[in-house]
Amino acid sequence: MEYAIEAEGLVRRFGPTVALAGIDFTAHQGSVLGVLGPNGAGKTTAIRILATLLAPDAGSARIGGFDVVRQAAGVRRIVGLTGQYASVDEALTGRENLIMIGQLLDLSGRAARARAAELLDWFELTEAGDRPVRTYSGGMRRRLDLAASLVGRPAVVFLDEPTTGLDPSKREGMWGVVRALVADGATVLLTTQYLDEADSLADDIVVIDHGRVIAHDTPDGLKRVVGTQTLTVRPTDPAQIPGAAEILHAVAGSAPTRNGRGLLIVPVSGEAALQETVRRLAGAGIAVTELSLSLPSLDEVFFTLTGHGTDQTDLKEAA
Amino acid sequence: MNVHASTTVAGALPLAASGTRPRRGRLMRHSLVLAKRSLISMLRTPEALIDVTLQPIIFLLMFTYIFGGAVAHGSRHDYLQFLLPGILAQAIATGGVAIGVNLNNDVTKGIFDRFRSLPIARSAPLIGAVLADVVRYAIVCTVTLAFGYVLGFRARTSVLDVLAACLLAISFALCLCWASVFVGMLVRTSGSVQGIMALVVLPLSFGSNTFVPTHTMPGWLQAFVKVNPLTHLVGAMRGLLLGGAVASDVLWTLMWMATLLVVFVPLALRAYRRRV
Repeated sequence: MEYAIEAEGLVRRFGPTVALAGIDFTAHQGSVLGVLGPNGAGKTTAIRILATLLAPDAGSARIGGFDVVRQAAGVRRIVGLTGQYASVDEALTGRENLIMIGQLLDLSGRAARARAAELLDWFELTEAGDRPVRTYSGGMRRRLDLAASLVGRPAVVFLDEPTTGLDPSKREGMWGVVRALVADGATVLLTTQYLDEADSLADDIVVIDHGRVIAHDTPDGLKRVVGTQTLTVRPTDPAQIPGAAEILHAVAGSAPTRNGRGLLIVPVSGEAALQETVRRLAGAGIAVTELSLSLPSLDEVFFTLTGHGTDQTDLKEAA
Repeated sequence: MNVHASTTVAGALPLAASGTRPRRGRLMRHSLVLAKRSLISMLRTPEALIDVTLQPIIFLLMFTYIFGGAVAHGSRHDYLQFLLPGILAQAIATGGVAIGVNLNNDVTKGIFDRFRSLPIARSAPLIGAVLADVVRYAIVCTVTLAFGYVLGFRARTSVLDVLAACLLAISFALCLCWASVFVGMLVRTSGSVQGIMALVVLPLSFGSNTFVPTHTMPGWLQAFVKVNPLTHLVGAMRGLLLGGAVASDVLWTLMWMATLLVVFVPLALRAYRRRV
């Protein structure tokens, strides 16, 4: 089984709204596929079809070789799903939720309890494990929900915007979980609105817009397509701003913009510009307190790929 | 998150065979697991039990002491004897409303997505909810009879008859609850389930022989009361708790139960499959 996830020509309509207009993608076993797109692009619809929660109007998909329509039971035995909204029982404790799922997965009572304890520990919920979920914070719910989808040690894990609404430290934690899953051989499909998240986790990125795949590439390939990254420099001594600006102009080929707080910002193409800038700044004896190269935003990616922005405002929440 | 404890915990390997249960009887086992979940939820949310605990008590008190003096020639005890079987039937019909509300909540809050992504039968969450409801109905019977006893109600038949009355009431609720499941799967919010079902249950419980004898009503209303399923359930309850003829009312009740099942189970299942 070469591909853990295969989607071919998936179409799904909701009344007059076309959520998916025929999408194709694949993911190798043991890889992370990032599905990138703005709200309403069809990410959630795609995940719900792959996780057998929704039937496609046309097209087909296989998870671990099982057809999501004809062999839904086979798919459900090997997948774990974490949606955008925590699907856990509010009145039950975290531990009871996990034990219940273990029992529904045909674990013996003892095995279900052991698995629940293990997952609570992994997600640092042991202390809160015996409190009803309705007392949990948003972040704790998300962690419990993720734990719930891992009870059966799924070979394929779907994560629908796992870090939306999490603070940066919790995001790092979630990324660590994804890496651990992949290290153990699982295949992960995650949707996200953040290019940096897809960049740091995904082996392949599928960009979806208006229910269509508009790019399917590696993170590096995608960055090459988009071209520009943003170089930000803050000289320690404000008196050296003009000197630094000159260097940036020479490296990037265009004049950097200055903001009032002593930052110089310039678009560059590729990481070579960063090294060159560092070398020249050192040569000129200009000390900096901040020097960073950041990825283009999702909006910039979209602009490059489609010629328009993410125009989230006029998109219905089709997903 | 504890990123270091990964490798053995995440494990994308199949579960060890030793820790798993046989595949035989899975549907029943899964349904019981889900019924247990409903029961725990219920007990931790006491307001979810008001309809099967406080409500019959309030109705018993209200009607015994407000109307008891005026009806049944002024004898409160006689009125309570007349009233209690009716309150039991009414309370159990009201108790059947909650299942649609709860299922609607489960669907809109997303926990059904979790159940559906698991390799369990699609019907298991539904069967689990119905099984848990049996406990609620048993609570209605116990609370109503026990509180009635405190107020002075005395069954005039055998223990077996009383048990038969409870069994009939619970079975009736198990048939009526499918109407609530149907509505619960049809409408968007759980609040509207409550509203719609109240529109059904209120006329049924007041347009019956629960509170006053049928012959005191105008003819057109008597016509409705005579076909009302609750009238026959109340009649059967009175017969089983106080003595007297029961055969006709029990038969009518069983017929109504069959009708409810035939009409609402397919409708509910269809709506459930569409929604879930």
